Parts: sequence; structure tokens; C-alpha cells
Amino acid sequence: MNFAVPTELETEIDELITHYPQKRSASLMALHALQGHFGWISREAIEWIAQKLELLPINIYELVTFYPMFRTNPVGKYQIKVCRTLSCALGGSYKLHEYLCQKLGLDSNAQSLQTTKDGKFSVEFVECLASCGTAPVMMCNDDFYEGVTAPKADEILTKCK
Amino acid sequence: MSAAAATTETKPSPPPVEKIRIKVDGREIEVPKLMPDWQGKLQPTTMLQACALAGVEVPHYCYHPKLPVAGNCRMCLVEFGLPLIGPDRKPVLNEDGTTKIAKQVLPYEPTTVRGAIACATPISTGMEIYPGSPATRQMRESVLEFLLINHPLDCPICDQAGECKLQEYSVDYGQSASRFVEAKVHKPKAVDLGPRIVLDDERCILCSRCVRFTKDIVGDDALGFVNRGSYSTLTHFPGKPFDNNYTLNTVDICPVGALTSKDFRFQMRVWFLKQTKSICTSCGTGCNIVIGSREEKIYRYEPRQNDAVNSCWMCDAGRLNYKWVGREDRLVKCGVRNPERGMKDASWVAALNEIADRLKKAPAGSVAIVASARQTNEELWLLSKLKAKLSATSDSVPRIGEGDKLLVNVDKNPNSYGARLTGVAADPMGSSLPKIADGIRGGGIKTLIVFGEDVTKHGIGAELLGKLETLIVSDILPSQTTELAHYLLPGCAHAEKRGTFTNIKGRVQKLMKAVEPRGDGRPEWEFLHDLVYNVTGQNGFVSIEGLFNQMVKEVPAFNGLTWAGLGDLGVAVRI
Ligand code: SF4
Ligand code: SF4
Ligand code: FES
Ligand code: FES
Repeated sequence: MNFAVPTELETEIDELITHYPQKRSASLMALHALQGHFGWISREAIEWIAQKLELLPINIYELVTFYPMFRTNPVGKYQIKVCRTLSCALGGSYKLHEYLCQKLGLDSNAQSLQTTKDGKFSVEFVECLASCGTAPVMMCNDDFYEGVTAPKADEILTKCK
Repeated sequence: MSAAAATTETKPSPPPVEKIRIKVDGREIEVPKLMPDWQGKLQPTTMLQACALAGVEVPHYCYHPKLPVAGNCRMCLVEFGLPLIGPDRKPVLNEDGTTKIAKQVLPYEPTTVRGAIACATPISTGMEIYPGSPATRQMRESVLEFLLINHPLDCPICDQAGECKLQEYSVDYGQSASRFVEAKVHKPKAVDLGPRIVLDDERCILCSRCVRFTKDIVGDDALGFVNRGSYSTLTHFPGKPFDNNYTLNTVDICPVGALTSKDFRFQMRVWFLKQTKSICTSCGTGCNIVIGSREEKIYRYEPRQNDAVNSCWMCDAGRLNYKWVGREDRLVKCGVRNPERGMKDASWVAALNEIADRLKKAPAGSVAIVASARQTNEELWLLSKLKAKLSATSDSVPRIGEGDKLLVNVDKNPNSYGARLTGVAADPMGSSLPKIADGIRGGGIKTLIVFGEDVTKHGIGAELLGKLETLIVSDILPSQTTELAHYLLPGCAHAEKRGTFTNIKGRVQKLMKAVEPRGDGRPEWEFLHDLVYNVTGQNGFVSIEGLFNQMVKEVPAFNGLTWAGLGDLGVAVRI
């Protein structure tokens, strides 16, 4: 397996495991830690964590595919999540999505995650981000943006280096 | 030895069973408070078990008596009621003095029945279960409608058709036309799940029987569900195919046609198959099986439940070890070697008479017998009579291989105990083979009788066989030994005859005949009986039942058994 976990991350995960009465219970937190570091969960990562938690890879694979926020493919450096639940849908999130996609050279009809060829941006729809009053809203990595108009979107994109 | 001693079924005196009274569809019955769960441990009796005791089958998919309860398919939902308890914590009575029953309803919607899953709900005193009520029926109809929403309905090309629970319950509770107008979810089809299994994910109803089987019974946690909701898909981890020695059992327990056997796939419609109860002969465990055959051709083996032997399972290797029965090169002709003209076809009568003459003339101690521990008890016993009459040396060939913790035994002979108990095998088995070889080499042994073994592979090489005056061989498939035989007697595969085997734990179990023997082949017990009669003058029985019943009188370990008493599941003897 040419998959290496930096010592620091491994120490972090080992520490996480101690929080739970059973190793298995640490699965989700360990996956978050791995995704936080690598940006996505590879097959090797699944095997690595399964071994660590004394499980079989299929047990982790089930989890990773169950939760849409775990990525099973590499994603862009900047991950843009556009809310498409009711308030945002009414407030223009589809237009926002279309605008972003056109600007980044992506398919504006696609519903699921897509990544630009240079690997810089990923765009996807997500469900309610709990700021329905300020639709349309989106996230760029961990930053949250409300009332995103086209100029505001341009501004956000230019900030991404 | 007394009859009681021979049948040593270990039955500890049962502890007093606590019973409780419940009603099933208005009929009062008493059921044990505790019943065995999938591992045989006593657990509170479930509604499903109680209904079964009342003779009512509750439809179910995910529940399997030998697997942990999952409670995920909801097919077993039933309406039920419990004694109404008043504010004083005492049961409320009707005017006629009987206990008032509160049918269970939704707390916020008292006109809607609240069902319970019968497979996982324990019964309690006074409970009333209504598996036949309109509300129960409605729940079943709804569950089935949901199960069929994304189902491809490809019964016409599905191997499971005819033994599919989805089909069966659809007939009982399904609708003739679907109300579903939306687009169906499509999932992977013809997935190569492992070397012996093909999966159709669209047919899968996500009952998780296969997942639990391989995890909890085999201990190979290989399968799981990926994705979510209606996209949930059964699969293995990428790059780790589903490959253990028990995978084909998942095909049996899959209630639908999702898991299919590569071997049986598209070979035969199941309703054409004749089902014959028999025994797997690939190792000493002796798993109980059902042979599926049509027009004298075997299509599949399936395990048959016997909790004293194999539960509901069998290994893949044993299951697939049937093709040799139909091999083209089967021995089909009785043969007698003519010094000038070589092997010539002969009639049974002629061959057996000639053999009997030769054996009668053979001086005591000049005959040796090698009889396979793959022959039946009856055949080995008949050979032991020849052995006694001729003062012959005899032995069998030990066959030791790999075993596992679940079923597969290290002894690859299906009837080693038969060979031992009838006195045919030496102790230890195989230890007399070198003596027989020496005897032939030294010229003391001039006649060799071989049943079902290629002795050239077991220390009695072709050059030794060439020294014999008489070589009598019975077998099914050609070998170097049959090539050299002076008398060749075509025998039967176990699926072509009746008889019994004694498994590694001393359980005597029946084989039943599924297909006709090939060519002139005859069951070995049949012609051995003729031969023994010719040689010893002792008459016996010409039916397997009679032969068996005679054998049990003469073989101490078998004392007290009867053919009829063996039933379908066999009887354990002390070994
Ligand atoms: S493949 Fe069959 S046994 Fe396995 S979950 Fe699906 S329906 Fe159940
Ligand atoms: S465990 Fe032995 S008897 Fe059972 S199926 Fe396998 S080979 Fe046959
Ligand atoms: S609908 Fe977009 S944040 Fe709630
Ligand atoms: S049988 Fe599936 S829920 Fe009971």
C-alpha cells in the first residue's frame, strides 16, 4: 500500500480512538480527520483505517458511501457548496450554481460534485445550510457566504488563490 | 449391546418448560416462554415462533432461524393486542369476566393499527396476535408494494423464479398492477461478486441475510451495503471478491433472485427438478443434502437442514462436487479379461459366476481386499463377509486433507467409520496396505479385490498388480487399476443407489437414489450380495432395507438400528 499517513495525523487519530469505549465507534471521527488532511477518502485510506479499528474495509466503505460529505474521489482545493433547499432555491441558488459553473467551465446542469480540470475548484449542491433567511447561501471550504449575488460570487472566487 | 445403547442420541433430560398462554387469531395456545434462538440459546419466544407453533406461518424475508434477527424487511408485521391494564395496575375485565384486550394502535392516531414485527417481538402472557386480520393483511400489502417499487420484475429470466419468496408473497399479497409511475432506480446487474456468485443488485431487497451469514456464520465479514436509501447496494469491498468456502449458501438463503450460483445459473428451471434427499460424500461430516435432478442428470446439490450435522449449510467444494457423476468416461460395461483377446464385455451373471468359482478355489489367506471408505456401510459389511470366508487381509485408503472450523472435516472419506466398524479397514486405516503389497510381491497373495480405489496410487503399483492371478475391480471411473483388472464390475455413484454412511461423529445416515446408474452399472451392494451368496452359500436379503436390518444385527455398533428408524436425519451410534 503506497499510502502514508503522517505521524502527526496518526497520533491525532490514535488519540481520537481513546475517546470511545469501542474502537469501531471512532470510525466517523477518524474519517473526518483523514478527509481533513487528504481532502478525500481513498480506497487505501479505507483499508488503513479499517485495520486501525480492527474492522474489515467493507465496514468503513459502507460508512463512506452512506454519508455524501465523505469524498471518494479527489476534490478541488476550494470546495464550493451551494444550498438548494427550498428557501435558497426560491432565492436564486440555481442561478448562482449556473453562474459559478459557467464561470469555472463546468456543466451547469450537473447536480452532483464536479471539479475543474486544474483541480482548483469543486462545485456541488448541498441541502439547507441553516441560514434560510439570507438566501441564496453557499460555502467555500469552511467560509460561509450569505446573499450571494453574481458580483459577490466573483469576489469570492478571486479571493481563492 | 442393547438397542438403547446403540442409539446414543445425547438427550439430557429437558428442564421444566415454563409456558405462557396467548391467542393466535382467536385460538388459545400454550407456548414455551423461552425458545432457542439462531445459536440455540434460549431466548424469549417471539411472535413469529409462537405463530409457527400455532401452525400459522408469518411471511418474512430477513428472518432466518439460523441467523441473528435483523428486523429490517417489515414483511412480518402483525396486528396484536395486549391485556388492558387499569389505573390500579390490574387487568381490566369485560362484563363476562374475561380480560379486556387493547388492540395496539398509533398513540396519535387511534384508528390506525400499530403492528409489530413478529420476528423480533417477544410474546407476553395474554397477548393476542392477529396474523389473519385485515389490518395485518394491509400491512403486508403495503410492505410488498414498497419492495416492488424498484424491483425489475424479471421473473421470466430469473433463476429464483419458482422458489422466490417475492413471487410467492406477491401472489398472496401483491397487486396485479403497479401504482408506481415514477422512474425506477437502476442498479448494477450481473455483478461478479466472487468466483462462484453472480449478483443482480436490482433484485436485492436488502434483507441482509447474506451479510449476516458470511459475517456471523462463516466469520468472513465480506459483504455490505453501500450508498443510501433506494440506492443502497449490496457489494463487497473493491478488489476483495466474495470468496470463502461457504459462499453458495447465500444463494440458498437469498429470498429473491439477487444472488445466483454461477454453476446453476440458467441451467434448469427449478420446478422441473426432482428432489432427492441424500448425503454429501466429499468429507466425513456428511452434510445432508437435496439432489436436484432431471431426466437422469444432476443439476445441483443444496443443503438440507439437520441440526445434528450441518444446520442449514454446506461447503462450496462439496456442493459443486457432482459433475463426475455424469462424466463421459464412466465405466459402463461388465468385463472379463481373456488371456488372448484382452478385456471383453461380459454379462453380470457370467462375470459373477466366474469370480465366485475363482474365490471358492482360492486357498485361505491368498486373497486381499482393498475397499474404499467411500463405499456404503452395507457394501463394506458384505465385503467383510467375503473377508471372513476367505480369511483375507483387508484395508481401506485413508484420505486426510484440510478441515475448517465450520463443517469441513479433515477426513475426506465419507464413511471411514463404516470401514472401521465393519472391520474392513485396518487399525489404523491404511496400515495393512504395505502388508498387502508385500504379500503380492512375495507371492502369498494371488487374488486382490479392489472396490472404489486406484491402488496404484496407494503403494500397490502396476508391476505388483501384474503379478496377481486374479484382480477383481469395481469402480465408477477408469483408473490404472481398472485398466489392469481381470474382472471389471461397474459400480454406482452414491446418487445412483441407496445405502448408508457413518459420518465422523458416528451418525448413520441414508443415501437415496436420485438418478439411474450408467450403462450396465449396478449398485455394489446388489452384486456383492449375489457374490457373497455364491461364495459363502449364505442367503441374505435382496432389498437394501433387509440388508441393512441384517447388518445391524451382526455389526455390534449398529445393533438396534432399523432402516426405517434412520428417518431423513439419521441416528448417532457409539463409535
Ligand atoms: S442479496 Fe439476497 S440475501 Fe443479500 S441482502 Fe439482497 S435480498 Fe437479501
Ligand atoms: S463439509 Fe464435507 S460433507 Fe459438508 S458439504 Fe463440505 S465436503 Fe460435503
Ligand atoms: S434553504 Fe438554504 S440555508 Fe436553508
Ligand atoms: S422478517 Fe424481516 S422484519 Fe421480521
